[in-house]
Amino acid sequence: MICRRIFLRIFLCSALLLGAASAQSGNELRFCLRAEPKTFDPLKVDDDASLTIRYLTGGVLVRANRQTQALEPELAESWKLSKDGKQITFKLRRGIRFSEGSPFSAEDVAFTVTRLMDPALHSSTGDAFRSGKGTVATKILSPIQISVTFSAPVIGLAGLFDQVAMMSSHASNKEAAVLGPFMVAEYKPGASVLLKRNPNYWKKDAQGRQLPYLDSIRLDIQPNRDVEVLRFKRGELDLINSIDTEYYDRLAASSPGVVHDAGASLDSEFMWFNQVANAPIAEYKRNWFRSTNFRRAVSEAINREDLSRVVFNGHARPGVGPVSPANKFWFNNRLKAESYRPDAALQRLQTDGFRLQNGTLRDKDGNAVEFSIVTNAGNKYRERMAVMIQEDLGKIGVKVNVVTLDFPSLIERIAQKFNYEAAILGFQNVDLDPNGQMNIWLSSAENHAWNPQQKGPETPWEAEIDHLMRSQASTADPKKRKEAFDHVQEIVAEQAPFIYLVNKNALSAVSASVEGAAPVILHPQTYWNAERLTLHSTAQASR
Amino acid sequence: MSAARKLACVVLVAVCVVSLGAQWIAPTGYAKQFREAPSSPPSRQHLLGTDEIGRDRFARVLYGTRISLLLAPVAALISTLLAALVGGLAGYLGGIWLRVATGVTDLFLSLPWLFLLITVRAVLPLNVSPLFSVLITFLILGLLGWAASARVLCTSAQSLGSSDFIVQARASGLHGSRLFFVHVLPNLKPVLYAQFWISIPVFILSEANLGILGLGVAEPLPSWGSLLRELEGLVSFRDEPWRLVPLLLLIIVMTSFQMVLSKEEVAA
Repeated sequence: MICRRIFLRIFLCSALLLGAASAQSGNELRFCLRAEPKTFDPLKVDDDASLTIRYLTGGVLVRANRQTQALEPELAESWKLSKDGKQITFKLRRGIRFSEGSPFSAEDVAFTVTRLMDPALHSSTGDAFRSGKGTVATKILSPIQISVTFSAPVIGLAGLFDQVAMMSSHASNKEAAVLGPFMVAEYKPGASVLLKRNPNYWKKDAQGRQLPYLDSIRLDIQPNRDVEVLRFKRGELDLINSIDTEYYDRLAASSPGVVHDAGASLDSEFMWFNQVANAPIAEYKRNWFRSTNFRRAVSEAINREDLSRVVFNGHARPGVGPVSPANKFWFNNRLKAESYRPDAALQRLQTDGFRLQNGTLRDKDGNAVEFSIVTNAGNKYRERMAVMIQEDLGKIGVKVNVVTLDFPSLIERIAQKFNYEAAILGFQNVDLDPNGQMNIWLSSAENHAWNPQQKGPETPWEAEIDHLMRSQASTADPKKRKEAFDHVQEIVAEQAPFIYLVNKNALSAVSASVEGAAPVILHPQTYWNAERLTLHSTAQASR
Repeated sequence: MSAARKLACVVLVAVCVVSLGAQWIAPTGYAKQFREAPSSPPSRQHLLGTDEIGRDRFARVLYGTRISLLLAPVAALISTLLAALVGGLAGYLGGIWLRVATGVTDLFLSLPWLFLLITVRAVLPLNVSPLFSVLITFLILGLLGWAASARVLCTSAQSLGSSDFIVQARASGLHGSRLFFVHVLPNLKPVLYAQFWISIPVFILSEANLGILGLGVAEPLPSWGSLLRELEGLVSFRDEPWRLVPLLLLIIVMTSFQMVLSKEEVAA
């Protein structure tokens, strides 16, 4: 009898302890960061891991809805832009408090903006606002109204505030006082970051329930993608924000319900030829690379449909131009991806004096057409694309040598020594606005990859692009800007300085236990609505 | 000759013969892309299925084996000759030559060879054919991989230098290169042979390491390194066991190389 009582007590205590444990971690979403966060300071964020933490903890004045791509009021109830594009006035919501309890006011906005624009902070978020020399002035009109004035017009000004997490001007630990749905509760370097719900979060759902629904989010630091996928399969993780094609297909084979293909993303993969005037390459090759007909012909001889289907298993779309079709407003709908037409490519080459002799393409001076394509070692998708392009161009008599280099050597060759002939790389676009691409399209820009940092535009079409990019950046009228950037896209399609190959799809995996997830193409694909995500009760019970 | 040694010889000869006959055994070739059937499972047309861009895996394994098995011995020969030159001469001559050679050998052994290989690879000209790239890769391996063998040869040459028959040869008036080439070098042969044989799998694995990093033999030529890259991201062996064939072959060949050497040769 005594034994039975003791056993019953032990059983009850165990049950209670287990219950307490599950209450602590039951409603906890888990996923991985692929690297250590470099900072918890929201204004200094420059890496993906810190960006994730900023998104989940930071409160912003304006939020770009990741689904509709439209700007929505957040901490600011409304905003007004001046006609000259230099000033923005925010009206803030009333009654909002930071996670440690202090009230949020225009003073905090002024503090955040002043700190953001301080050159000593070296904030890459702040750099996006720097359109001209001079300082930024903030004027507090009332506790809930503030105007910010820049020395020169800042295009897409309101949208830039999507990246600016407001900080408290009064809190002693400024990084700990947040306005987002979660706050950092624990950080174990090399292991995990634990975010707990912000008890003072201002948002409520339609039924008046306090958001967020989740108690916490555990971010495990895990650079190895194999391990990440294995843990997801075991049920130890609830989502994978961005997943490779191969993993996607393997997960889809075993549990099709958990994978999501949101369609073409903003990321693009492209190839270009070295057109730098003093590059250490043969003169006759430079002449090929500077010929529009040559570049267009190479573009026509590449089978993009095959690249999308074979290399990315269908999880990519043939590339069209500088803007992905996923960018609803800025994509030029008149443009189409270059079709695979090797015969047309040969005809075009003939106009430049090239001819096919015994299976080898030769230029008008008899030089066999041969060049190398460099790409970064370790990126198997780019390597595979290069090998497929090698075969495609072989069909029109062009010999291609594929060279993979470690990334620092590659960058040195393409950006400093210009000792290369052609390259394949990609852009990870996070900014919908074309202003984010100014550093690519201006002929004087460092990232004008085919011929960077020109003193003056070396070709009429580059001069035209310079003019159009500057004119779209000097007006706040969206219609005029769209017209100008549409024209830029047309020139790029016509001149093919970049030969766009594919736009990869946004792939992710979300466990069936997560409710409310609706993966999108914009970052962060799966947890953009983290405050409204919930975990299925069975998943909670199993933890 | 022990049974295990005989078996190892048979395996190595068989692998060599089959890989040399690749163009007849796998006439589709290693580069042809069957784009309608990427990542397909084994079939009558593709005995080991196809890789991610539709190339016949069986053909690539055969050609890759040929490249690794033909060129690794060339690299081993280069490194053994260099080791004999540096280590053998230094051990035989002694004095300042020995100190300099020991210093140079130690320097080469302390270098992070993988990074060195990557650096050397990065400064090479870009516009070279895949065949030339594979030759360059193994040449670099051979030129950089002599230090460990040189140290062994140096010690052997030193002990030979103080042996009775060399002392007697010296006493008989034999000196210089004649003494080295007639008496010392022939007696270093077993060590040279063992070092050569041991180096082959080392260079095969070195190329495989470079290949796994994507820095080995240029596409579309296959090598064991590039074939092993296919295992990257393989979550379950049960799903596609045929993808393990290059790994199994590598293990079998490496084991055979080890078994071919007798215990005495390994000790030497």
